[in-house]
Amino acid sequence: MAASALTQPKRRASPQETLLQILLRGWSWVFLVALILIFTALDPVFLSVRNISNILVSSTLIVLMALGQTYVIITAGIDLSVGWTVGLSSVITATVMRDFGEAGMDPGTAIAFGVVAGLLVSLIPGLVNGWLVAKIKIPPFIATIGMFGIVRGAAFLLTDGKNVVGNIPAEIREVLRGIGNGSLLYNVPDQGLVWFSQPADLAATQLRGLERLMPYPVLITVVIVLIFAFVLARTKFGRHTYAIGDNEEAARRAGINVDRHLIFIYVLAAFTAGIAGVLHVFRFTAGAPNVGEAALLDSVAAVVIGGTSLFGGEGKISGTVIGALIIGVLQTGLVILAVDALWQFIVVGVIIIIAVLVNQAQEAIEARQVKREEHADE
Amino acid sequence: MSEDRKDKPLLECINVSKFFGGLTALDNVSLSIYPGEVVALLGDNGAGKSTLIKCISGVHKPDRGDIIFNGRPIGDATPSEVREAGIETIYQDLALAENLDVGANVFLGKEKIRRMFGFLPVTDDKYMRSEAAKVLERLDIHIPSLAQKLIRLSGGQRQAVAIARALYWDARLVIMDEPTAALGVPEQRKVLALVRSLREQGIPVIIISHTMQDVMEVADRMVVLLRGRKVANIPCEEATVDLIVKYIMGSPDVVKS
Repeated sequence: MAASALTQPKRRASPQETLLQILLRGWSWVFLVALILIFTALDPVFLSVRNISNILVSSTLIVLMALGQTYVIITAGIDLSVGWTVGLSSVITATVMRDFGEAGMDPGTAIAFGVVAGLLVSLIPGLVNGWLVAKIKIPPFIATIGMFGIVRGAAFLLTDGKNVVGNIPAEIREVLRGIGNGSLLYNVPDQGLVWFSQPADLAATQLRGLERLMPYPVLITVVIVLIFAFVLARTKFGRHTYAIGDNEEAARRAGINVDRHLIFIYVLAAFTAGIAGVLHVFRFTAGAPNVGEAALLDSVAAVVIGGTSLFGGEGKISGTVIGALIIGVLQTGLVILAVDALWQFIVVGVIIIIAVLVNQAQEAIEARQVKREEHADE
Repeated sequence: MSEDRKDKPLLECINVSKFFGGLTALDNVSLSIYPGEVVALLGDNGAGKSTLIKCISGVHKPDRGDIIFNGRPIGDATPSEVREAGIETIYQDLALAENLDVGANVFLGKEKIRRMFGFLPVTDDKYMRSEAAKVLERLDIHIPSLAQKLIRLSGGQRQAVAIARALYWDARLVIMDEPTAALGVPEQRKVLALVRSLREQGIPVIIISHTMQDVMEVADRMVVLLRGRKVANIPCEEATVDLIVKYIMGSPDVVKS
């Protein structure tokens, strides 16, 4: 075919440079593996099924928030409000479940109403963010920091200033726990693998050795991750997301409805935050306005560590997941090593800066290569 | 002076005027473009070149006068309607997504979709690349890897991609705003060769350029604007750099005020 002559790669990179580029591109994977090895060497408990499963479950919050954030940052935006959207969603979900449960509704229906209400309400800040950014042309940083305050206030007003929405009827809590702390597959000492639900009447030793091999929150998150990764990498929607992030004007001239696309992306970011809020209620059988407060910076960090450029146009979901896992591994690892939890902030901060430096180095090398190719053409 | 030709013009601007507040950006400008000719649009900064181009491409609406394309008035058309009618404008900034590959850029906004496993709608990158390869081949352009992001291509190659995109969607008239401004000498040559190749395919080109050499080399006709008025319309055989520059500068030897 004629295309074959045109598609032959022309590479003029020196071998060392190529090696360096591979290293730079894959540094977050290397870093994650190195972290795991170091923590395991310091304390073998780190690599236990139990601990890994805990890390994965607790990482779901950051991963979910970072998923939508990845899309937003690829369009050269940022959403600073998602942390409080998680809280708002959890508060709404817990309140609806409590009130409907207290009113005598059966647990399944009350839970369904709570989930739907939490998810629907979470879309509102996303819609407003998107509208402000796309139509009113307010810089994303400003629009979403405004929304940060609004959602935060709204979440606390709904709880009368309290930090927790509890008092969910016991039979509802039972069902919530079954999902939030449940697993598709357990490894029970002396019993082997057990599917779907935790066997009743376990002895204390068995309970201690119980391993959750496929926790539901992780499974749910994995499904959502796969959908988001697929859409970004393979579909027209993903293609347009990249185009808008690189050159909004070009996207407009190509006939892409940029405004609608941007609004949708901010809604997506709020939606994944909403899912995280709902999941929080399942895990802790309570809602709390401030559950996502600290996770906001972690989620942005995950996206940046994953190689997504804050200038837009570049990024991958796989990178974001690795970034979130690095943070999750660090948090748990430092706790196991009994390092003061405050060190976490410092370490994560340093990694963010490294990530940005690595990205810049990558771009500099590529720019140099292009220049050299141009000269070689002349 | 006048264009007494037997074939019908593809594009006609008739007494087009455009005002911005008290400023007359275009003053009764008439211009006809015939199939298969390259017309250079010249003039100093602020002479009205860009305004005229924007009127044609639908970005501005002329305050007076008509613009007829292929027998249809397009003075009131939106930019996308003008594109659909077959006028492609390649702006100086090219308007490409440099983080995407050649195929993705040629098809930007009009992606070809296939069904993965029979139901999942995914972009058909292979098809888009091979179609891009075909149109590039038609233009005799060789880009080493069509899977490469544009950021990895040279300025001339990017210009080629912009032209290829215009052509793929059946442009009947191409407007190029300073196509060689940001390029090195060898790349400039390639772009000029592209302009010639468009002409050979019967597609007329309006080219705005400050580089007299380019213009003399490639244009069939030169139109000079001076303070919003058309002051010259010269076939290239009669044009010399000296003469053109006099028109552009508004020298009293050639321009009666």
